[in-house]
Amino acid sequence: MQNDIVLSMRNISKSFPGVRALQNVDFTLRRGEIHALMGENGAGKSTLIKVLTGVYPKDSGQVFLNTDGSLREINVKSPYEAQNLGISTVYQEITLCPNLTIAENMFIGRGSYQTVNWRTMKKRAAEILEKLNIPARATQQLDTCSIAVQQMVAIARAVDMDCKVLILDEPTSSLDEQEVEKLFSLMRDLKSRGVGIIFITHFLEQVYQVCDKITVLRNGELVGEYEIKDLPRVQLISKMMGKDLEDVSALQKRKPVGEETDEIPVYEATGLSSLECSNAFDFKIRKGEVNGFTGLLGSGRSESVRAIFAADRITGGKIKINGKEVKIKKPKDAMKHGIGYLPEDRKRDGIVEDLSVRENIILALQVMKGFFRPFSRAEAEAFADEYIKLLGIKTASMDTPIKSLSGGNQQKVILARWLLTNPQYLILDEPTRGIDVGTKVEIQKLVLKLAEEGVSITFISSEIEEMLRTCSRLIVMRDRKIVGELKGEEMTQDNIMHTIAGEAV
Amino acid sequence: MGSLIKKFTRSQLAIPLFALFLLVIFNLIRDPSFFSIDIATNNDGNAVLSGNLISILNGASAIAILSIGMTLITSSCKGQDISVAAMAAIAGSVFVSVLRSNEITIPVLLLAFLFGCVVAVLFSLFNGILVAVFKIQPMIATLILFSAGRSIAYWINGGATPTISSPLITAIGGFIPGIPIPTPIIIMVVFLILISLLLRFTNLGLYTQVVGINEGTAHLNGISPVWIKLIAFIISGVCVATAGCITVCRIGLINHETLLLDAEMDVILSVAIGGNALSGGKFNLYGSVIGAYIIQALTVTLYAMKVPSAAVKAYKAIVIIVIVVFSSPVAKDFVVRMYKKLFKKQAEKEVQAKAA
Ligand SMILES: Nc1ncnc2c1ncn2[C@@H]1O[C@H](COP(=O)(O)OP(=O)(O)OP(=O)(O)O)[C@@H](O)[C@H]1O
Ligand SMILES: [Mg+2]
Repeated sequence: MQNDIVLSMRNISKSFPGVRALQNVDFTLRRGEIHALMGENGAGKSTLIKVLTGVYPKDSGQVFLNTDGSLREINVKSPYEAQNLGISTVYQEITLCPNLTIAENMFIGRGSYQTVNWRTMKKRAAEILEKLNIPARATQQLDTCSIAVQQMVAIARAVDMDCKVLILDEPTSSLDEQEVEKLFSLMRDLKSRGVGIIFITHFLEQVYQVCDKITVLRNGELVGEYEIKDLPRVQLISKMMGKDLEDVSALQKRKPVGEETDEIPVYEATGLSSLECSNAFDFKIRKGEVNGFTGLLGSGRSESVRAIFAADRITGGKIKINGKEVKIKKPKDAMKHGIGYLPEDRKRDGIVEDLSVRENIILALQVMKGFFRPFSRAEAEAFADEYIKLLGIKTASMDTPIKSLSGGNQQKVILARWLLTNPQYLILDEPTRGIDVGTKVEIQKLVLKLAEEGVSITFISSEIEEMLRTCSRLIVMRDRKIVGELKGEEMTQDNIMHTIAGEAV
Repeated sequence: MGSLIKKFTRSQLAIPLFALFLLVIFNLIRDPSFFSIDIATNNDGNAVLSGNLISILNGASAIAILSIGMTLITSSCKGQDISVAAMAAIAGSVFVSVLRSNEITIPVLLLAFLFGCVVAVLFSLFNGILVAVFKIQPMIATLILFSAGRSIAYWINGGATPTISSPLITAIGGFIPGIPIPTPIIIMVVFLILISLLLRFTNLGLYTQVVGINEGTAHLNGISPVWIKLIAFIISGVCVATAGCITVCRIGLINHETLLLDAEMDVILSVAIGGNALSGGKFNLYGSVIGAYIIQALTVTLYAMKVPSAAVKAYKAIVIIVIVVFSSPVAKDFVVRMYKKLFKKQAEKEVQAKAA
């Protein structure tokens, strides 16, 4: 039994200024086991991983790794060392090099300093991409890929290395079901070869699909380790939150806002196209409506909403706001007309790492107010305070740099930024990415409440359930084109899939 | 009190201020009268302040002013402008050529400065456009004027190194009759106040940092990275002209070859010593200004210790290495860990003592 254990962490503690991220946490991983690490945003999951892989030094505690059949204490100083010990990691925030190609990213820093054979490297990378069905070329520069592709590349890289322990920190946060399935079959394959896998996610169904064991953390403390069959979903949630979750099904879905009346839409685009979204499309949204763009990975849903916000260069189209024709050529114009946009990739387009939570929250409103009219410190603090409370953002203080918040809490800060601008039309691209179950419900409620108050919302999520719960109209996309639209009763998972496949509903 | 100290040690200014403090202490031990300020009568018969402290403050003015512009460029463009000193020579040459073609009166002086400013801003904008619009590495983009700048300055005055003399010029480069403080110090203070007001009453500071940290986010929040970078270069242009003109007035002539020679390196060092990352992002202007004074204090100290002038640079380099290494995150981390260890041991001892 003893030498079944691959990795064992004992009494791990880690503090940051003002936060005790981990307190005496134990964690055990066995051979051929997929072990879920669960907890709310800021519970300490990523910190535990980073302590294990040497990103942060631990304050106290011991780590043991199975080397040649017996457990030996290890003291990992750097992620590189961890990798050489057979611990392969996909971090929550993608840590690849954006300006290198996919092939280079896959093979860089892989141990040996031998000369690299670019040709075989490219060929091998192309094979991996092919095998995992990743829609990208090996020679493509990484930052030209969507975040989902980047995530798949990070996974492919980790999986391709020989490892004893594979760590996946929210690898599926922007993947669609198809990609998740591919990842799961990969994980099962590795499991059968005896690799121990640590899997962090906020998607409960995924946990029940692949995992064998669950370890739950709450506020940096260990709640317990459970066999998957002994811990039904409801109990898992209450273990994570320390209280019971409200029934999600009680969420009242908003009725579709009136059928085609002659009401003037809040936003209307005809023939809109941008550099990234070359197929011109028409789109409109009425006051208080919640609609969504759906489609597979790479179907162009994010590119479409980016065009609405003029995030990429606009190449054509007419825009009307409340019936009046306006010009929206850059994000500032869109903001002036009351449009807000929460981007999909928070690291690249959302956060300003080194600035404080306060500055990150007020940024958009400040820009709208104007260059010559900065908010006073007191005003800014009042805003930040209000939204930190409203969204329950876990942070040591409002002056903490945003980069030291947990992933989910960073996401909440960006959401706060746009809520603060009080938009009439809010575009949310994956607003619940990396957000825990409890807060997810809160955000869905918030979206519906905003709609109630007359804000129009476009909602994109790779979780179809979530879209079905919040949206009253779904625009279905395939190959960067709109292929259908579903309303009211027609909106079911099956219908969406049929429409994507190009069959009549 | 404890939290105040903690706040201070975590602040970006901690190391530069500490370094300055050490320099002062070192000098006081070496020579207790080092910082004494005397009142002397100068050639024009004015009562003026003199002493090492005054000469440090006075001598650093040009570098300190240049470091303000450099800080903004560093923060937003993630790189440095190495042509500032060459551009200061151009601005100084323009200044002198306007002065020499007229009788020197206050309006002419202002006009000459204005001309110098416009020319410096135009040249700085040339750099700015290369960096912001064409996205050329700042070091490479400014290499052009770094090498060509002094030649351009040479042409402006037809290859001569003309002198200018007038009571007005000495008033700017030296003392205004009746005021015992050197005018460059006053100009520096006024300049710093103006920039502080600019930062206080606009969003320049916030936008510059956002652009320097994450251009993607800046763009999506309605901030134009190109404009912010150009503004940094414009402000730097004004700094360049001011520094150039002050220096011309101080020495009373323009020598395109030697005016502020090698100053760009001192300026960039000031920014670094001030705790600003040369890779851009968060900045603190006051840090850079303190950095300029540290460099000057160091130079004056070394000269006072009768270090031969050829060796001064080597000694300077050593001290700077120490400061820069100590303010690196690795060293800071180490200090924090040592502190924690010591503290823990002490706490344990106390606990043991109590138990016993
Ligand atoms: N570098 C850091 N500096 C300061 N505090 C940090 C740092 N990294 C994490 N923290 C804090 O430690 C706590 C745990 O963070 P961690 O990232 O481990 O959470 P998490 O469980 O991964 O959450 P999420 O689900 O949102 O990703 C948080 O309160 C966070 O603010
Ligand atoms: Mg995390």
